[in-house]
Amino acid sequence: MIVVMAQESWPVFQQFGLKFIYGTDWQPVQSDQHKPEFSALPFIYGTLVSSIIALVIAIPLSLGTAIFLAEWAPSKLRALVAYFIELLAAIPSVVYGLWAIFFLVPWLRSTVMPFLASTLGFLPIFQPPIVGFSLFTAGVILAIMSLPYITAVAREVLLAVPNSQREAMLALGATRWECIRKAVLPYGRSGIVGAIILGWGRAQGETMAVTMVIGNSHYIKASLFQPGYTMASVIANEINEATYALYAQSLITIGLLLFAVSFIVNGIARYLIIKTSPLGRGGANE
Amino acid sequence: MQTSKLAQSGFRTESKPEQNHSTSSDVTHLQAQHIQAWFGHFHAIKDVSIDIHRHKVTAFIGPSGCGKTTLLRCFNRMHELVPSARVEGQIIFDGVNIYDRSIDPVEVRRRIGMVFQKPNPFPTMSIYDNAVAGLRLSGIRQRRKLDEIAERTLHRAALWEEVKDKLHQSSGASLSGGQQQWLCIARTLALNPEIVLMDEPCSALDPMATAKIEDLITELKEDYTVVIVTHNMQQAARVSDFTAFMYLGELIEFGTTKKIFETPDKRETEDYITGKFG
Repeated sequence: MIVVMAQESWPVFQQFGLKFIYGTDWQPVQSDQHKPEFSALPFIYGTLVSSIIALVIAIPLSLGTAIFLAEWAPSKLRALVAYFIELLAAIPSVVYGLWAIFFLVPWLRSTVMPFLASTLGFLPIFQPPIVGFSLFTAGVILAIMSLPYITAVAREVLLAVPNSQREAMLALGATRWECIRKAVLPYGRSGIVGAIILGWGRAQGETMAVTMVIGNSHYIKASLFQPGYTMASVIANEINEATYALYAQSLITIGLLLFAVSFIVNGIARYLIIKTSPLGRGGANE
Repeated sequence: MQTSKLAQSGFRTESKPEQNHSTSSDVTHLQAQHIQAWFGHFHAIKDVSIDIHRHKVTAFIGPSGCGKTTLLRCFNRMHELVPSARVEGQIIFDGVNIYDRSIDPVEVRRRIGMVFQKPNPFPTMSIYDNAVAGLRLSGIRQRRKLDEIAERTLHRAALWEEVKDKLHQSSGASLSGGQQQWLCIARTLALNPEIVLMDEPCSALDPMATAKIEDLITELKEDYTVVIVTHNMQQAARVSDFTAFMYLGELIEFGTTKKIFETPDKRETEDYITGKFG
């Protein structure tokens, strides 16, 4: 797959060089006066930004849910909540997209986004004007979609922490919460980070729901309340309109870059975990 | 939330646990009164009453599944952490029923420490952080005080010489099995508890490490009251002053170790000691 994609990408890099990666122009219109321009940065930006918004929202919610399910909830409630969360994972992404168009977009535009703009509006990322179909909305829908994955994996990780670790901490006079914070979470640390990376990967690759709400704009804007585009959604949206070879090849190159970006991002994340873990390793590996 | 279902015996006392026990001349440090414990419908402890003597080593012996570990875990309110577990009766510690509704189990566990059967150091913490984990929980932050207690307790657990050069670099899990158990003992002693509960502390260790821990237990009774659960009758005979024999959830016989091993009153005790069953 990589070989095929690399072959198709070759002419693109010959034409534009590395400017394809850092350039910001995407002008597919081809005519006598006008030469088309292609470059991937707006899509790389959109993919990273929307998936990071998704993580910022999804991490606290899903870890909170996982901790609740693994450590606190009585077993009946545990099964019920776990069932609903698995159900979330089973909803097709186009359905998420439709729900977002009819409910999430108007709701965010009328309540959440004005609130953020009025309280945190001094930050460039929360500045008006407010557009419903935006990077922010895409991030929210991605958060909802990656939540079940992060929750399910993190819950498994927490359940795998041996009880002897909990008892050791409790016997030293820890409260329930201290026990979770100082014994359970550090022990499951690498597995929890794995869960987050899995969710991130999903948020980067998600196509349909994002395409439906992100607004499909080829420009990089500082404000999250402006439309954007992701790598996955530009491929899905424009591959049918790619009427000449260079256009199609440019989209395929974006696919290759999406691959590379996920790879690099995961690599950096894993490197950071190893670097920052107190004794050079996570507990669950021992 | 942890106190809710358990302390409903109706008994209530106004007094709070006292911090200083050394002035008391009372020989009984911990007194179990009609303790009953369940796992779901399984009746694990059937009406056990026993006095644990101050600054003595009390050993619980008996065949597997006789309830000795469960009883030990009732002494510092660890039993109730198992879902579906339940306790009835009273345990009087320094004049206060630890199952009283007003008592915080966290405080009980701070003053009655526990060493587990399998060494369970925290693998993500360094040796030093393991040793002071309990102190940090109780709010001690000053570096010098932590350093001092860490050194003292690691000395006490005969581990200092072996680990002093890698206190902060090595994980608690990087030590050998015996060293891990000493670290767990050090971690418990760092809190300076009044009673140390040991649940078969040597069962995962080789004979050398076992002998060292037995020596340590004998030393510990100068400062602490020790309660040990063991499978190994020779061990009970070697380290303990008092021995309790349990069978099928009941306390069959309790007395000085000498008496239990030489002239037991009950037929079952004699049969177990002489190896006729168990």
